[in-house]
Amino acid sequence: MSIQKTPALTTRATHTTLTRRVIFFAAILIVWELVARSGIWESYLFPGPLVVGRTLIDGIVEGEYLHAALISLQRIVIGYGISLVLGMSIGALIARNSILEDTIGSLVVGLQALPSVCWLPLAILWLGLSERAIQFVIVMGALFSIILGVRDGIRNTPPIFVKAARNLGATGFTLYVQVIIPAALPSIVAGLKQGWAFAWRSLMAAELLFFSLSLGNLLQTGRDFNDAAGVMAVMMLIIAVGVTVNQLIFAPIERRIGERWGYAAASN
Amino acid sequence: MMNDPTALQISQVSKTFVMRDRSVQALTPIDLTVKAGEFVCLLGASGCGKSTLLSLIAGLEAPTTGVVTAGDAPVVGPGIDRVMMFQDAALFPWLTVQENVEFPLRQAGHSKAVRAATAREWIERVHLAGFERSAVHQLSGGMRQRVALARSLAINPAMLLMDEPFGALDALTRDRLHHELEKLWSATRKTILFVTHNVREAVALGDRVLVFSPRPGRILGEFRIDLPRPRSLEDMAVIKKTAEVMDVLRGALEAAPGELEGAFI
Repeated sequence: MSIQKTPALTTRATHTTLTRRVIFFAAILIVWELVARSGIWESYLFPGPLVVGRTLIDGIVEGEYLHAALISLQRIVIGYGISLVLGMSIGALIARNSILEDTIGSLVVGLQALPSVCWLPLAILWLGLSERAIQFVIVMGALFSIILGVRDGIRNTPPIFVKAARNLGATGFTLYVQVIIPAALPSIVAGLKQGWAFAWRSLMAAELLFFSLSLGNLLQTGRDFNDAAGVMAVMMLIIAVGVTVNQLIFAPIERRIGERWGYAAASN
Repeated sequence: MMNDPTALQISQVSKTFVMRDRSVQALTPIDLTVKAGEFVCLLGASGCGKSTLLSLIAGLEAPTTGVVTAGDAPVVGPGIDRVMMFQDAALFPWLTVQENVEFPLRQAGHSKAVRAATAREWIERVHLAGFERSAVHQLSGGMRQRVALARSLAINPAMLLMDEPFGALDALTRDRLHHELEKLWSATRKTILFVTHNVREAVALGDRVLVFSPRPGRILGEFRIDLPRPRSLEDMAVIKKTAEVMDVLRGALEAAPGELEGAFI
């Protein structure tokens, strides 16, 4: 009766992964720099990583990029927060009620097929070029993934857990909070993560059309000024924000669930 | 044991599952009385309604006809006086071993200190001290059933309903768990209903073995096992008694061909 652990193996695997990644990305940067210097395209249209890197650092040092990133982050925190509250409640309701499932459930599945940026024209017609229009698009991006993740998780709770729990005295609300929700957690987290990814995409697309400072807007400004290095630098920044949120929020949650449930955490 | 109070009274209990286009009778009306502290094995092939009977006693399903009376109250739903154990230990993977054992105590509203102390005591009694903080997936099948046993007993039920709990374990682990179950039963005097399709397991564990016929389930015969305890699967007496039971079963098989075919292994 002993629990086997193989720390040596895990560490070696991590090292291998790290080495592969470093080599891969270094190769990309080198090829990119070489192509940029080869003169195939004009250098103002296709700047190399050194130029883009310098633009990025300058942008950050001057404060404009961070300011823009903060504005975008603030928007997504609000929009995603609204989606979180709405999505969890609607998902939980749909999962437990067949009338809601047959009606709202199918509506959600349908709306999920519509890229949320398609809501932007309507949002602008209804709400003007306002923060509320942007929030609306973010919510349309994140909401349905969250609803479906919560619904699927709750609906697919293994019946044996519910049986065992009722048998051990769990009823009503506690059964829901202590058994059904935890059992649904992997699916819920997957829905939250997908919702976040969609929300981030929607926000960037929406911001392209707006005139106030934001990450998406910086891309548009770069285009207007024929500044490909600026566009690429902002793209890097957008990637960095997305990856950071994933690493700081979703990856640790997934790792914890994976460790507890005994399957390998979704790779980062 | 003659004077022990009745733990379980089953009168004319049957169960018919109604599906979209047909209905299946899982259990013909059954009468059964179990005394407090008795160890009764329900023996039969899969699909003979013995698991259904356990679910009815547990209150997880309602009988189509008849009444189940546990203690002195009719069963109308699940209750922690009757705890069921499943072939899949059905531990909650989001909880540690300790938290799993505490689960029923938490439902019953016990204080944190009582929960922790009771859980620790039962974890020790099933020989898993040191694994309190382990995750479920780190445990072997046998260890999981030990946790399930601790979780069931922690709430101090009058009755344990065991649905082939050791069915998926290897022979050695199963043998050890038999011994420990027998010991725990001797110490706690719980009433145990133990479902199995293994004749020797039934003979080795039970005070009484009830044989079920498949589709629709009914009680085909009853054997009283008066062998001394503790018993083991290898005891000559157990082996002899098993052969005896098998003989009777074979007789029944010849009388009603087809009914028991492939029923027992």
